[in-house]
Amino acid sequence: MHILVCISNVPDTTTKVKFSTDNTSFDDGGVQWIINPWDELALTRAMELKEDASNPVSNVTVVTVGSPAAEPTLRKALAIGADDAIRVDAVSADAHFVASQLAAVAANGDFGVILCGIESSDYNGSAVGGMISEIMNIPSVSAVSGLKLEGEEVLLSRDIDGGKEEVSVPAPFVAVVQKGIAKEPRIAAMRGIMMARKKPLQVVAAADAETFTTYQAFAMPEPKAPCKMVDADNVKELVNLLQNEAKVL
Amino acid sequence: MSVLVYTENWDGKFKKLSYELVSYAKSVAALTGGDVTALSIGTVDQDELSTLGNYGASLVLSADGAPSGLDNQVFTSIIAAAMEKCGAKVLVMAHNNTGKAIAPRLSVSLKAGLAAGVTAVPETASPLVVSKKVFSGKAFGKVEILTEKAILTLSQNSFEIAETGGTASVEAFDSGVDVSAAGTTIKDVQKQEGKLLLTDADVVISGGRGMKSGDNWAPIEELAGILEGATACSRPVSDEGWRPHGEHTGQTGKIIAPNLYMAFGISGAIQHLAGVSSSKCIVAVNTDKDAPIFESADYGIVGDALKVLPELISEIRAAKAQ
Repeated sequence: MHILVCISNVPDTTTKVKFSTDNTSFDDGGVQWIINPWDELALTRAMELKEDASNPVSNVTVVTVGSPAAEPTLRKALAIGADDAIRVDAVSADAHFVASQLAAVAANGDFGVILCGIESSDYNGSAVGGMISEIMNIPSVSAVSGLKLEGEEVLLSRDIDGGKEEVSVPAPFVAVVQKGIAKEPRIAAMRGIMMARKKPLQVVAAADAETFTTYQAFAMPEPKAPCKMVDADNVKELVNLLQNEAKVL
Repeated sequence: MSVLVYTENWDGKFKKLSYELVSYAKSVAALTGGDVTALSIGTVDQDELSTLGNYGASLVLSADGAPSGLDNQVFTSIIAAAMEKCGAKVLVMAHNNTGKAIAPRLSVSLKAGLAAGVTAVPETASPLVVSKKVFSGKAFGKVEILTEKAILTLSQNSFEIAETGGTASVEAFDSGVDVSAAGTTIKDVQKQEGKLLLTDADVVISGGRGMKSGDNWAPIEELAGILEGATACSRPVSDEGWRPHGEHTGQTGKIIAPNLYMAFGISGAIQHLAGVSSSKCIVAVNTDKDAPIFESADYGIVGDALKVLPELISEIRAAKAQ
């Protein structure tokens, strides 16, 4: 079984967000780029499945849509353990455009499971995974926090309000994964980093695809009023403020 | 240009979120023109369906006989059929597990631009422009929908419920979708009944590493009990196994927006704040006066959470008794 892990190249989550002077685009000056945290967990789980010899997973491919600047992030994914990487040479326009590119890559290979993170930490669209499945007309399961194989069958643990369900769907399918899918993201070891340099990274041309949405402008949130400090010996005053000023008690 | 709102049910009942969605849909319809039609999938009784009228739905379509478990493809087909039936141009859904599972599929099948996790009514109807949080709450972005139809998923607790006093007619809706084609097999369900969901709670009491041990959680639970709230924790706490993973609030955990969020012994890493910054009122108790949580908090106490908690509990009990 081949697994495809879709990767989004995003600013480090501790980045101080800035925009261009006309506020129409993200200012990426000085930004460190990382694998989107949920995608990193998806990749970690894919590697765990492949390394367990009792599983029929033979290959893990990572794919991203981006300019050559996204390649270090793909190399990082290869260093973590992916067998090969694909970069669709295009600038991400919106979720539908990106999903169309990824669906074209997925349809071109023999992937049983396509893994996507629940959202990207930049535009928080929560859309690409579900869109890929609809474009390919294959099943999808979202809110996946566990994935295991029993022979060829894939069992998914799906979060529901107040609990979990164990579900299965026929392959190929898209699993949209979130926290819990893997315990900790895997960190690339030196040996992995050395090996990653020699692993195949294929660049493919973008497919024609429509753009459904665009960002007109960005804005920073209104500055917050300073925190009102209450003395630790005067907890009564805090209760008074919560009751009579904030009116939340 | 009418608006369709998908109102999910929980064991045949609606909840606050359902009414928030209908109220939001009503405000969207006020901007775009047209009526609000609500779609319910699954078995919900007539009286419960009618309650949606009081928040602005003029028609409720009830697609009974659908599978009880979520199958993304079947639900997508039913909602798409309802969009066609009422000729709606805008679809409103919740930005919850179900919405995140289905809205992207609908975006493709309806050719409708998706704005996910919106927090306000669109600024303009044509083109449809709506604001949403980006970079995990660090900024806002104005999304312009370029397609004829639009899908808006609303962040929970971000819109005030408004009663209209209206009534809705309820109509059975046969979508014509073959529900037996559902590919999702649900093998097992584990559910905690009767527990207030973290994402539904108006009050959330949360603890971090400053609580020092998982054995010290009794006052957090007691305070949550007094205020009829839910308990939460920071990531290190769930990673340490002090508390279950389902309580982790933050960028990679649960994103919440209660009326009151109280953080005890949480320093406020940027990833934690991403999950709680939409709370209406944030109270922080931390020993470090320079902890970043105080920059996001409305009220703060520099002190040991384990000492402040018992005092706070007795003061709140006293205030409540008055």
